[in-house]
Amino acid sequence: MPEFDVVELPETDHVTAGGTAPEFTRPLVDEEFWEDRSLSEIVDGPTLLVFHPMDGAFQTTYVYNEIDDRGWSDRLPVYGVSISSPYEHKDLLAERGEGVKVFSDPSAEVIESYGVAHDIDGMAGVTEARPAVFLLDDDRVVRYAWVGSEHPSFPDYDAVESAIDDLLE
Amino acid sequence: MTDPQITLYRLQACPYCERVVRTLDRLGLEYRSRYVEPMHSDRNVVKRVSGARSVPAIVDRETGVTMSESANIVEYLEGTYEDAGAAGGA
Repeated sequence: MPEFDVVELPETDHVTAGGTAPEFTRPLVDEEFWEDRSLSEIVDGPTLLVFHPMDGAFQTTYVYNEIDDRGWSDRLPVYGVSISSPYEHKDLLAERGEGVKVFSDPSAEVIESYGVAHDIDGMAGVTEARPAVFLLDDDRVVRYAWVGSEHPSFPDYDAVESAIDDLLE
Repeated sequence: MTDPQITLYRLQACPYCERVVRTLDRLGLEYRSRYVEPMHSDRNVVKRVSGARSVPAIVDRETGVTMSESANIVEYLEGTYEDAGAAGGA
């Protein structure tokens, strides 16, 4: 048996189900361009918000592969959030994340406002998002929330999917 | 929050785009910036909107005008809004 460490992340006071998703404005990137958008502008029905580590990190790749495999963006708008730049998001979306748009939050202020920040060991000055999923209804109320508590960690995709099923019914 | 009347397709640090921005600001016009790819061949969205892949390009929702080439755009904006006060900025 190989020995390895799954790192426990510190407790965080994150956005939870029942609360309203904090408002923010950031560049929103699709396959063709980016422009400043506010969460309140884009939410007009069930919406999935997926925070993830930097573009290029394996956790990010796996999360998008799963979103694609499950075809979530065919069912509801799916928005990613990471600290990566719009240029990196364009590259990400050229490879995966069909129909997904991604917010760019290099300062991690939005990430911090959702309580999902992670200071990476060995990368001085870099604060990024832990994997986290928030399912919002049309009033921006959080109906399902999951925030990674280990490093690495992945959403419980089946649980997310059944929350989507419930909300879309 | 309503959408600004003018959408500006631009490229980061493109002097011709900045010239249009200066004119928009001087005339007090509200605009939304859409940043596109440096690679000319990747700018299909601009081509769909304006017929060409060049930036800057603007879409003016109020007048239905779509236009590229900074000199043309500046001339259009000044001709349309120069004497109209802070149009669209209310």
